[in-house]
Amino acid sequence: MKAAVSRAQTKGSTRASRAVKKTVGRYNADPDMLIQILLDLQTTLGWLSPGVLADVSEQLGVPVSRVYHIASFYKAFSLVPRGRHIIKVCMGTACQVRGAPQLVNVIASMLNMKPGETSEDRRFTLETVNCLGCCAMGPVIAVDGVYHSKPTTEDLRSIFKGAR
Amino acid sequence: MTDMNDNRLSSAKQLETLRKTILSKRDAEKPIITVCTGTACQAYGSLEIYRRFVEELERQGVEGSVLETKSTGCHGFCEQGPVVVIFPREICYVRVQLDDVPEIVSTTVAGGDVIERLVYRDPNTQEAIPKESDIPFYKRQMRLVFGNNRYIDPREIDDYIALGGYAALSKALLRMTPGEVLEEIKESNLRGRGGGGFPAGLKWETTRDASTGSKYVIVNCDEGDPGAYMDRAIMEGNPHAVLEGLVIGAYAIGSHDGFVYVRQEYPIAYENTMNAIDQARDYGLLGSDILGSGFDFEVVVHRGAGAFVSGESTALMSAIEGKVGEPRMKYIRTAVSGVKGMPTCLNNVETWANVPLIIERGAGWFKSIGTEGSKGTKIFSLVGKVNNTGLVEVPMGMTLRQLIYDIGGGIPQGKKFKAVQTGGPSGGVLPEQYLDTPIDFDELTGLGSMMGSGGMVVMDEDTCMVDTARYFVSFCCDESCGQCIPCREGLRTLRDILTDICEGKGKGGDIEAIEDIAEVMEDASLCALGGTAANPVLTTLKYFRDEYEAHIKENRCPAEACKALTSYYVDPAKCSACMICLRACPTEAIHGEKGIVHWIDQEKCIKCTTCYEVCPTRFSAVRRLSGEPLPPPPAPGTKVTREKKR
Ligand SMILES: Cc1cc2nc3c(=O)[nH]c(=O)nc-3n(C[C@H](O)[C@H](O)[C@H](O)COP(=O)(O)O)c2cc1C
Ligand code: FES
Repeated sequence: MKAAVSRAQTKGSTRASRAVKKTVGRYNADPDMLIQILLDLQTTLGWLSPGVLADVSEQLGVPVSRVYHIASFYKAFSLVPRGRHIIKVCMGTACQVRGAPQLVNVIASMLNMKPGETSEDRRFTLETVNCLGCCAMGPVIAVDGVYHSKPTTEDLRSIFKGAR
Repeated sequence: MTDMNDNRLSSAKQLETLRKTILSKRDAEKPIITVCTGTACQAYGSLEIYRRFVEELERQGVEGSVLETKSTGCHGFCEQGPVVVIFPREICYVRVQLDDVPEIVSTTVAGGDVIERLVYRDPNTQEAIPKESDIPFYKRQMRLVFGNNRYIDPREIDDYIALGGYAALSKALLRMTPGEVLEEIKESNLRGRGGGGFPAGLKWETTRDASTGSKYVIVNCDEGDPGAYMDRAIMEGNPHAVLEGLVIGAYAIGSHDGFVYVRQEYPIAYENTMNAIDQARDYGLLGSDILGSGFDFEVVVHRGAGAFVSGESTALMSAIEGKVGEPRMKYIRTAVSGVKGMPTCLNNVETWANVPLIIERGAGWFKSIGTEGSKGTKIFSLVGKVNNTGLVEVPMGMTLRQLIYDIGGGIPQGKKFKAVQTGGPSGGVLPEQYLDTPIDFDELTGLGSMMGSGGMVVMDEDTCMVDTARYFVSFCCDESCGQCIPCREGLRTLRDILTDICEGKGKGGDIEAIEDIAEVMEDASLCALGGTAANPVLTTLKYFRDEYEAHIKENRCPAEACKALTSYYVDPAKCSACMICLRACPTEAIHGEKGIVHWIDQEKCIKCTTCYEVCPTRFSAVRRLSGEPLPPPPAPGTKVTREKKR
């Protein structure tokens, strides 16, 4: 269910171009800071479009292949638009032994989507992550950055209902 | 930021004067309310609780009688969060809710009385324990590195200085030569806390002696071990301790530029580090001519972008250069040729945080703690199937049993201990017969596991060991950078074999194939990711071979955990038709109604264990079956036959 990338998005919107310029400026166009720049852009824009990657490459003077290599290597980056609400299910060891695999199944079947997918209406993106760093609360999920410890079926129903 | 600001400290005396000034403004008698705002407690709503305290103090008009309301980093007892501790009496309240705040203010802060309801209770003896350090979870720890978290607002450098912070830096820079600092660390036998346990002093010495010219020092806070979060808690809760250690190390090595590498999944750690750097620079504890010593040092923070392999030393250094964080062959060690080809010393967060303690109290003191080969303390992330989950710091040499039972409070719900996993994806599982092993780098390695960075995941009878091996292998498979064949292909094949076994498709010869692949990976991988990735498989095979065989030969998962080999069944003779499982089932796979026994539609069942868990223990009607045929469902409309409770 990959969301299609429209032509306008490959061009790099004006908003995106402005964000690139500002971010690159903040790091003094230092090529060593490429990963940091992409991280900031990912946060601001929600994903890294081909246009954004091309702009970054140009403004830093770094080959576009290297920018792509980095953008595709790290999990923090998304090369397709993501949903309005990001659900992260922790699959770290601590959560794993406390039932994370079952939890992710439950969520996947409730939302009728697989981990890694974005729903067609772009409402949700469902992701699995390695460790959210609050292992004592496991199993943990984070919905739009808000952590939920050991959510029950009932909790999940209300969390998803609340995320329009 | 100019170098010439008013706050700069340019001598040991000025630092000491500042400390005294800070202390003189504090009244030891007046209560301080500290609210833990570490990540776990924040997730439980502790930031709102903190704000409510500030409001409530004003509303009840007790503001002036309270010295301060402080938000601190993680105290460690995350299981019981949100945690509130009121000093100086150290009254500890656990699982505090917003509505408890007015009462805490009126009864405890203003009135001086303890609220029994909010106090921690020993689950075994039911004894109420109001004082934080009396709680067994804390009492048996030795919190040298981690203990200050509870006194410090990590965004306030003054809090750190008040506790004697940066005194070690002052001592090192102004009263010791770089050589003396290095000798002290070597003498202490401090070993790296990030995984390998390599002696820090030796690494420093190699970097120092490598060549003239620029040198770098780095803090590794990538914390890739899934299930471990002690580095996060230090970096978030006491960033100055790490910075202080880093500057001391840089001085000994002769480096003027450092990096802190923090994974982006830890936004609070990143913010607090950035803030700490600004504050330290403002006081002249970073930058040029630190404390008037003539020593200059600058530090830059990089965020990791989510790749386990980037925590490896060579990979991390590429990432700092803005390149893809992939490892390289270490023909030349990074201590000699690291960032930009310059000698670079990389240590873990906890390693650096130990440095100020050693400089201040001396190598002799440090060496008095621990075992022959492993000195000092270690912080563990004690998680999984254990009652008191959280972060614990213990002296090296404590046994696994003491850690899991005396501090961790044992296994929840009366279940049986099965194994403890240490060392993350590079480590292994240890079964019950090794519970009396002392915690020590070499002892754990000797058993096929390793200390690792401090993840300690407890597993009980419900955890399948084959599935555990499959979990770690698929983790490493996803995280392998794919450059070398033994790691990339070895892991892929291992994952396929283990997945087959978990799904009941295992066959004769699988175990031998696993052992062969593991051997090649260990010998021929490019970096330690592949070189150690087979450890979880080999240790589970060594200690739990019978579980592998049950899967392969009997299509049975002894832990009743593997989905493909386990079914859920409602025993009609026991079902009371209480509707609880029926409502909780996320896929509406359970049929029935009040008075009519429930049954599970196996087609719809996703084996999420929800029904098994919610079925009240007095009925225990939901059963898990593995390796035996599933009985047919009851005829439609079967009435409850279970005898009513007397
Ligand atoms: C795949 C891989 C991942 C690693 N991840 C980390 C990490 O997240 N944090 C860490 O401190 N060390 C990590 N290490 C170990 C580092 O390479 C390095 O040995 C360590 O940071 C050195 O610090 P220490 O001597 O103070 O332990 C990793 C090693 C490998 C092979
Ligand atoms: S393992 Fe899930 S938060 Fe760490």
